[in-house]
Amino acid sequence: MKRRPLLKSTLAASALLLSGLFPFTVQAAETIKVGILHSLSGTMAISETSLKDMALMTIDEINAKGGVLGKQLEPVVVDPASNWPLFAERARQLLTQDKVDVTFGCWTSVSRKSVLPVYEELNGLLFYPVQYEGEELSPNVFYTGAAPNQQAIPAVEYLMSEDGGAAKRYFLLGTDYVYPRTTNKILRAFLHSKGVADKDIEEVYTPFGHSDYQTIVANIKKFSAGGKTAVISTVNGDSNVPFYKELANQGLEATDVPVVAFSVGEEELRGIDTKPLVGHLAAWNYFQSVENPVNSAFVAKWKAYAKAKSLPGADKAVTNDPMEATYVGINMWAQAVEKAGSTEVDKVRDALAGQTFAAPSGYTLTMDKTNHHLHKPVMIGEIQDDGQFSVVWETSSPIRAQPWSPYIEGNDKKPDYAVKSN
Amino acid sequence: MSLPISITVAQKAGPKLTATALGVVLTVLVALPLLHLLPADSAMYVSAYTLTLIGKILCYCIVALALDLVWGYAGLLSLGHGLFFALGGYAMGMYLIRQSAGDGLPAFMSFLAWTELPWYWYGTSSFLWAMCLVVLAPGLLALVFGFFAFRSRIKGVYFSIMTQALTFAGMLLFFRNETGFGGNNGFTGFTRILGFDITAAGTRAVLFLATVALLVGSLYLGFKLARSKFGRVLTALRDAENRLMFCGYDPRGYKLFIWVLSAVLCGLAGALYVPQVGIINPSEMSPTNSIEAAVWVALGGRGSLIGPLLGAGLVNGMKSWFTVAFPEYWLFALGFLFIVVTLFLPKGVIGLLRRKSS
Amino acid sequence: MPTAVCRFFLFLILLLPLASHAGDAADFAAASPAKQAKLLESWAAAPDAARLPLLEALQQGRVAADSDKTPFIENAGRYQAVEGAAEPVGSPRKLRLNNRLRGLIASAMASHQLLADDPAVRLAAARHLQKSAKPAQLGLLDARVASEENQQVRDALSLALANLQLVDSNPAVRLAAVRLLGETGDPLARTRLETLLDPAVENDAGVRTAAETSLAQVKRKLLIGELLGQAFSGLSLGSILLLAALGLAITFGLLGVINMAHGEMLMLGAYSTYMVQIAFQKLAPDYLALYPLAALPVAFFVTAGVGMALERTVIRHLYGRPLETLLATWGISLILIQLVRVLFGAQNVEVANPYWLSGGIQVLPNLVLPYNRIVIIGFALFVVVLTWLLLNKTRLGLNVRAVTQNRNMAACCGVPTGRVDMLAFGLGSGIAGLGGVALSQIGNVGPDLGQSYIIDSFLVVVLGGVGQLAGSVLAAFGLGIANKILEPQIGAVLGKILILALIILFIQKRPQGLFALKGRVID
Repeated sequence: MKRRPLLKSTLAASALLLSGLFPFTVQAAETIKVGILHSLSGTMAISETSLKDMALMTIDEINAKGGVLGKQLEPVVVDPASNWPLFAERARQLLTQDKVDVTFGCWTSVSRKSVLPVYEELNGLLFYPVQYEGEELSPNVFYTGAAPNQQAIPAVEYLMSEDGGAAKRYFLLGTDYVYPRTTNKILRAFLHSKGVADKDIEEVYTPFGHSDYQTIVANIKKFSAGGKTAVISTVNGDSNVPFYKELANQGLEATDVPVVAFSVGEEELRGIDTKPLVGHLAAWNYFQSVENPVNSAFVAKWKAYAKAKSLPGADKAVTNDPMEATYVGINMWAQAVEKAGSTEVDKVRDALAGQTFAAPSGYTLTMDKTNHHLHKPVMIGEIQDDGQFSVVWETSSPIRAQPWSPYIEGNDKKPDYAVKSN
Repeated sequence: MSLPISITVAQKAGPKLTATALGVVLTVLVALPLLHLLPADSAMYVSAYTLTLIGKILCYCIVALALDLVWGYAGLLSLGHGLFFALGGYAMGMYLIRQSAGDGLPAFMSFLAWTELPWYWYGTSSFLWAMCLVVLAPGLLALVFGFFAFRSRIKGVYFSIMTQALTFAGMLLFFRNETGFGGNNGFTGFTRILGFDITAAGTRAVLFLATVALLVGSLYLGFKLARSKFGRVLTALRDAENRLMFCGYDPRGYKLFIWVLSAVLCGLAGALYVPQVGIINPSEMSPTNSIEAAVWVALGGRGSLIGPLLGAGLVNGMKSWFTVAFPEYWLFALGFLFIVVTLFLPKGVIGLLRRKSS
Repeated sequence: MPTAVCRFFLFLILLLPLASHAGDAADFAAASPAKQAKLLESWAAAPDAARLPLLEALQQGRVAADSDKTPFIENAGRYQAVEGAAEPVGSPRKLRLNNRLRGLIASAMASHQLLADDPAVRLAAARHLQKSAKPAQLGLLDARVASEENQQVRDALSLALANLQLVDSNPAVRLAAVRLLGETGDPLARTRLETLLDPAVENDAGVRTAAETSLAQVKRKLLIGELLGQAFSGLSLGSILLLAALGLAITFGLLGVINMAHGEMLMLGAYSTYMVQIAFQKLAPDYLALYPLAALPVAFFVTAGVGMALERTVIRHLYGRPLETLLATWGISLILIQLVRVLFGAQNVEVANPYWLSGGIQVLPNLVLPYNRIVIIGFALFVVVLTWLLLNKTRLGLNVRAVTQNRNMAACCGVPTGRVDMLAFGLGSGIAGLGGVALSQIGNVGPDLGQSYIIDSFLVVVLGGVGQLAGSVLAAFGLGIANKILEPQIGAVLGKILILALIILFIQKRPQGLFALKGRVID
C-alpha cells in the first residue's frame, strides 16, 4: 500500500517529463482512449461485429454529451480475428502501446481466459458483455452479462411452473465447451434439488459447427415419450439454425416439447425463418421488444446509427442482450470515471461499486458492491413470427449474480469478492 | 531445382553478403531480450509486447522451417503440422498448468469433478518429463502415421488430405472436455516456469533467447542435412521417387526420418510458443492454421532454408499490422498475396531476391 | 302446472348454453392464464360448434382484446368483435398465449373438430386426441366412438379412448384397452404400458400379462421405426455430403486442381438462393414458394461464371502444379469469404423453406421424414445422373475425359484444351452452386458456410477414388450411413473422430480410394 503514492508520483513525474519532451503527447492526452477488442473477422465475427458497432455508437453518444471529465473518448478498434492467442497479443498492445484506459471486448470464454492474465499483469480494466459460466472473479474484469443464476436457473423454474408446461423431463443439449458444461452441471444439481431423478435428465453435447441434428432430434422425440419434456439448449452460434430447422421439420412443436435457449437472441434469429419456431423460448436479461421509454430510445438510436453508418443489413438492424450489456457497461464506466475524477484503474474500480444506470431493460441496474457483476432482471421470451421475442415471464426485481454457483462443489469456500486468479 | 536454393543464393551472392545479413539479424535477435531488461522509461527499452510478438513469430519461423524440410526437400506437403506444434504446446502447457495449480488439480479438472489426474498426466509436474513429452508426443505420432503412410506409398495430394484429416481429428478430440485437456478453453493463466515468474522480464528474455537458439540450431541442422548425401537423396526423392527406387534406394527410411524430425521441431517450437503467448487451445490444430503454415513456406520459397523464415516473418508481420490498421481488408490482402505468389513468384521471395542479385 | 314448470325449465336449459357461450370469448379474454386453461379444458370436454371460429382464431393468434377486455378477432389489420358488434375502445392488443394454453387450444380444437362433416378432419382430430386427451374428455370420446360412422375415424377414436381407459375401474375395460394399445406403434403407448407392469399400479394379473405382450408388440414396432429413421438420416447425410462433394469430384477429381475455394462455390450458390428469394419477395410475392426452383439455374450460372473467370485468370497458369493450386485457391477462398462478408454482413442471412419443403410426412408414429431431406436425396441423385450424362454422353464430357487422361494427346487430336478446361471447371463450380442451393434449405447461409464442408468434401472425393464419380457417390453415402450408425452409440464428437481415423486407415490399405483408376502410368 505504501508503494502506491510513490509509484504514482514517479508516474506523474515521468508523464510530466515526457509531456515536456514531446508536445504532441499533450494533445493526445486530451482524449481518453477506449479499447474495443472484438473479432471482426473469422468465425466469431458473426456475433462480435455488432458489439463493436454498438460500442462505437455509445462512445459517439457520450462524446456528443461532452465526453467524460471534459475530454472526448477516442475508440481504439483492433481485430483479434477470432484467434485466441491474438486476443492476448492485442490486449497487451491496447494496454502498453495504445495505453487505453479501459477495454470493452471479448465474447467467448476462451478469449476472456486468454486476455485475463494480461489484464491482471498490467492492471488494466476489461468490461465483458456476454452471459457466461461464472467460476471466475477477477479484479480487472467487470462482467456485464449474466452469471448462470441470472439466466439458467430462472428459466428452468419457469419450465417447471404450470404456465411453462410443468415439464418433468429435461433434455440438456449443448455445444461441447465450458459454458454449456458448467451451465448443465449447475442445472443438473438444481434439478436434483427439485426432485428430478437422473433418468429424467439427458445430457448431450455436439462439436462446434455441428450441422446434422437428425439423430439428436430423433432422440429428443424418443425421450419426450416418457413424460412432459423440455429441451434446454446451450447450442452455440451457427449450429442453432440447422437444429431449429430439423426440429420444425420433424414436427416437434413448442407445445409438445418447448426448447429454451440461452444463446439465441434477436441477432441469431435474423438468419432463421421463425414461423415454425413460434413458442420456443429464450432466457435473457433484455429483449428488444421490452416496452419502456429508455428502450424505445435505445432501439431507435441503434437503428438510426446502423442506417447512418450503412452497416450491412441496416434495414433489419436489431438489438440484443450482449449489445445492451455493452451499452450499459460503457455508460457505467463513464459515470464511474466522472465520480472518481480520474481514469486510473484502481479509482475507477472503487467508483464502479454500487454504480447505477437506468438500462433499456426497463430496470435500474446496479453494479454489485463487491462481486463485479450487475444485478440483472431475468426475462423469458417466446419467439414470435417476426423474429422478435415476447416476454412471457420476468423476475419482479433485478437479482444478484452468483459467479461461484452454490450448485458446484467447493464453491462455498470461494470469496465473494474479486481476487487475482492466481 | 538441382541444388537447394539457399546454397545457390550463397554461391551467387557471395558468402560474405549472406553471412553479414545473417549476422546482423542474429545480433538484433540477441540484443532484443537484453534491451527488454532495461528500465521501462529508457529510450532503448523493448516492450514486452514487441518481445512476445517477435518471439511468437520466431516460433512460427521454426514451424515454417520444419515444414520446409518435408515439403521443400522431400516433396511431402503436410497440412497437419499444426497438430505437432499443438502437441508440443500442450505438453509444455501441462507442465505450466501443474505449476500454477500447485498441489491441487488444474481448475478445469476440479470443475469436471475429477478427483485425480488421468494416467497420461502422470509426471507432468516434472519439467524434465514434460520436455520429454514435448519431443515424444509429436515424434511418436509422426512415427506411427509416417510408418504406415510411407509403407503404403501415400504421397502427393493424398498425403496432404490425410494429414489434414489427422489434425482435424486431433482438434475434435482436444475440443472434448472429457479428453482431459481443458476442452475449448485449453490451458491459460500460467504463472510460473521452473519457479520463475512467467511475466518477469528476465523469464521473457530467457524464453526469447531459447527460441532464437532453437531457430539457429534447426537452421544449422537443416543446412547440414541439405549439404549431406541425405539431403541429396531427399531432393531426388522429391523429384523422381520411382527413379530413385530403381537406383536401389529405399525411400521409406529417408522419408520417415525427415518427417519425424520435422514433427519434433514443430513440437519444440510449440513448447516455446505457449509460455510466450500464454495460451494453448485446440484451435491451434485447426486445418486453417496448418494451411497458413504452408503459405509461409510457399511465400518465402520452398526448398531453401532462409525462405520459409522470411515467409513466416513477412506474413505474420503483415497480419499484425493489417489487423490493426485495416481490419476489414486483411483477408483481401492475404488472399491476393497467395495468388500473386503462386502465379508470379513460384520460387517465393527468396527466388525474387536471387533473381535481383544475379 | 307441472308441464308448465317443466317447459319453463326446459326452456331455461335450452337457453343455458346460449347464454353461457354468448360470453365464451369475453370470459376467456378476461380470465387469468390459469382460468383460461380451465376454460379450455371444459370446452374440450363439451364441444360446441359455435365456438369453432373463436378457437380457430385463438390457434392462429388472431384474438385481441381492447382496454375493456372486449374480445376481437383480427382480420387483415381490422378488428371484428367476436360477440355482438362492439367497436374496439383504443387499439386492441393481441391476447398473450403461452405454450400450455396453445396446447390446450389445439386439444380443444380437436375436440370440436370431431363434430366436423369432413371425415378427414375428424380423423386428424382423433389422432391428435390420441396424444392429448384428458380424463375429462372420456365421456365425449365414449359418445363419439358410439356414434362415429367412418371405420377409420372410429378406430382412431377407440385408441384415444383406450389411453384413458387404462385407469378404468373395470378390469375388463382395462384389458381391452391394453390389447388395443398393443396394435399401435406409438411411443406414448410404450410409456403408458410400462407403468402398468408395476403391481402397485395395476392390481389385476391378467391385465399385467396382457400389458407385457402389448408392450413387446409396441417395442417391436418402435424398433422398426427407429431403424428406418437411422437409415433415412444416414441416406440424408450422405446425400448432403454428395451434393457438397460432387463439384469437387470434377474440379479436383478430373482436373486435378486442389480447389480450396470449392466451399466458397457452395456458399455463393447459397447466397444466390438468398438473392433469388429476395427478388421473388419484391417482384413476385405470389410465386414465392417456387423460388428454390428458380434459384437452381441462377446459382448454377453464377457459380459457373465465377468458376470460369477464376479458371481463366488464375488456375490455368497452374495446371500440373497441384500443390500450388491449393495455395492460390485458398487465397481465392479468403477473398470470396471476405467479399461476401463486406457485401452481406458477417451475420447469417435468412433463407426460409417454402411450404413444400417445410414439415414432414408421418410414416410411422415415431418416424417423420422431413420433406426438405426427401427432396434433397432426390435432388442429389438427379444431379449425379445429370453429371454422369454430361460426362459420358456429350461431346464436352468426351473432351474433358480426353484432356484429363492425356492432355498432350488430346491437344494433338484437336481438342481445344484451354476451352475444355474452362468449361469443365465451370461445370464443377456450377454443380457446387447447385449443392449450395440444397444446403441453404437445411442449414445456415453465412460467409463461413463453405468452410464447414470443405474437409468432408475432400474426404469423400479421396475416399471414393480421385476421378471416379461412382466412387464419390458410394463414399458419400457410406460416410453418411456410418456416421449415423456411430452417432447414437458413442456421440457425435467421438463418432466423427472415429470416422476420420477409419478413413486414414482405409487409405493406408487402398491408397487410390474405393475405385482406383486402372492404368500403367508411372512417372
